[in-house]
Amino acid sequence: MSFKNENKGDGLINQSYYQSVRRNMIMIVMFISFMPIILISGIVLYHFDRAYHDKVYAYLGELVEKQKQNIDVFLNEKLNKIQFIVRAFSYEQLCNESFLQNILSMLHQSQMSVFVDLGVVDDSGVQVAYAGPYKLLQANYHDADWFKKAIESPYYISDVFLGLRGQPHFIITVRQENFGKYWILRATIDFVTFNNLVENVSIGKTGFAYILNRKFEFQTKPRFDISPLDSPYKSLIDTTTQQIDIDPVFYKDKNNIYVFAYLKNGDWFLVYQQKNSDAFVDLYRAQLIAALIAILGASFAFIIALWVSRRVVSRIARVDQEKEVMNLQIIESGKLASLGELAAGIAHEINNPVAIMVEEAGWISDLLSEEEFKESENLSEFKRALNQINTQGKRCKEITHKLLSFARKTDNREDNMQINELIIDVVGLSEQRSKYEAVSIETHLQENLPLITASMSELQQVFLNLINNAFDAMEKKGGKISISTHQEQDKLVIQLKDNGPGIPHANLVRIFDPFFTTKPVGKGTGLGLSICYGIIQKMKGSIEVQSSVGEGTAFIIKLPIAKENE
Amino acid sequence: MSNPDERIQLLLVDDEQGYVNVLANRLSKRNIIVTKAFNGAQGIQALRKTDFDIALLDLKMEDMDGIEVLKIFKKMYPEMEVIMLTGHGSETAAKEGISHGAFDYLTKPCELDELLEKIYQAYEKRKQTKV
Repeated sequence: MSFKNENKGDGLINQSYYQSVRRNMIMIVMFISFMPIILISGIVLYHFDRAYHDKVYAYLGELVEKQKQNIDVFLNEKLNKIQFIVRAFSYEQLCNESFLQNILSMLHQSQMSVFVDLGVVDDSGVQVAYAGPYKLLQANYHDADWFKKAIESPYYISDVFLGLRGQPHFIITVRQENFGKYWILRATIDFVTFNNLVENVSIGKTGFAYILNRKFEFQTKPRFDISPLDSPYKSLIDTTTQQIDIDPVFYKDKNNIYVFAYLKNGDWFLVYQQKNSDAFVDLYRAQLIAALIAILGASFAFIIALWVSRRVVSRIARVDQEKEVMNLQIIESGKLASLGELAAGIAHEINNPVAIMVEEAGWISDLLSEEEFKESENLSEFKRALNQINTQGKRCKEITHKLLSFARKTDNREDNMQINELIIDVVGLSEQRSKYEAVSIETHLQENLPLITASMSELQQVFLNLINNAFDAMEKKGGKISISTHQEQDKLVIQLKDNGPGIPHANLVRIFDPFFTTKPVGKGTGLGLSICYGIIQKMKGSIEVQSSVGEGTAFIIKLPIAKENE
Repeated sequence: MSNPDERIQLLLVDDEQGYVNVLANRLSKRNIIVTKAFNGAQGIQALRKTDFDIALLDLKMEDMDGIEVLKIFKKMYPEMEVIMLTGHGSETAAKEGISHGAFDYLTKPCELDELLEKIYQAYEKRKQTKV
């Protein structure tokens, strides 16, 4: 029972080996579970992003297009009304203030309250007739910007301006000729009504629309305070275009999405502006959910990987350890088996010569008993010597029988056997050492115990180990080992007790652990008890230890009774 | 037991010549007619000539296995009782001999008294079949 554990560092090497196994397992599990998540969510998110942008652009484009049409229709309708008035009535009629007032009232009655006032302006810029809430008769518009443009074209729609009344408004003018002189019918459009038309376009919390002119001045009042001159899309706007049938243009920066469309022959443009976080709220929510799911999935995968790897690695470690113990057990059994074969050979070779010697001695003593020798003076001495030969022959026989019985039991085959016989054998084998170490071995074996099924050599190993441990524990100070057997229901109980120094509690819990030893380095392998434990476990039995320091230690082995007893 | 009129005819088969010779001497001295055979073949030859009462047969011989010889003996002359001798501790082989019709077995070296005891017992059994 002495093979040295030369790999004291094994524990550490194995520790890092198992750690690297575990790390690799975690990495593989994470990689395998992450790749599909990342790939699928990446592809899905990309396509969803594209589709959602397209959808938002299409929706906003349609919205702006429709709004642009609304505004164009609104302006054209108002322009048509004024053109109609100019064509239907003469300059003189319109210069009549009460007539003009009547027209304004009629317009108001036909739900055209959007016209605030009407005025006739001659070619010198003087308002010769006026109908409306302000006192603007004889007002001189000669230097006004709008007048310069209005007198040059058949009709004109101005930008929003404050004018003489000091309130934001814009006007529609239609030019007509009277006796070689131009005159203008001028109508003011109610700014609030027009503004509502644009302001009503609002989506979500941050979407709003406004109209700018070529100088980036507000033509409507925006819902939020912004500065159009700083707008990022400024460079995209073509301030010289005369075309109006251009599709809405999109611009998206970090914070906002902008959609614009040209109005009024490119003089104005309608801008719709919305914060990205608002316009793409569903997209961002989906992205957030996807991210959350990915994070949750990753954490879950990580936890599973940790858990699984810990279990698998601890199982591998346990299996490795069991394998190691088993290997050593096999080596040990192999050693015993070859020792057994050797012993059997020697025993046989010795038995025959000893038999001859003993018989020859017997033959001499037969001859000595004949008459002729009876008188011999050395007869008694002859007889004593022959007796001695006989006794020593018997001693040889005993020794060879012990060897042979040991050899017989070195195979691992399981057989039905009587535990008491085995214990007597083992005690016999330990007799020499017990004499040398002044330890007495007592046995209290209950008779007629039922048989057990076991491998002789393995059980022999168990008891030899336990007895040798007891010897080692007593450290040549002498003592007593007592072995008892008895039956307890369907179990045989074998108790092996010594009165050695006992085992401290801290060591007691680890006593069956492989490689646990309190013996000095090189003396014990720490495997003896672990092998015993393995053998007893394999037999479906149990082994327990009870110990108190200063009093001694008892090992209690319980083995199942063989089925054939029943 | 040892009536001069009815001396036991015994066949001793063992390849250990020293053992056969000394044992034959000792048994002859005790009024047993001993025929020596130093291997299985010689034993079989001897049995062809004489109807022995008892055979002492070694289990392990160089030419033949004791069990094989036992089987042949039992076929040739079933009335003869066979006591197996074994120098090997293997009692299983000796027990196998009993299952093949051997009277009993003894392990070498054995006490002569013990051997004589077995021989007389076997002879008692043999006498019954003789009658």
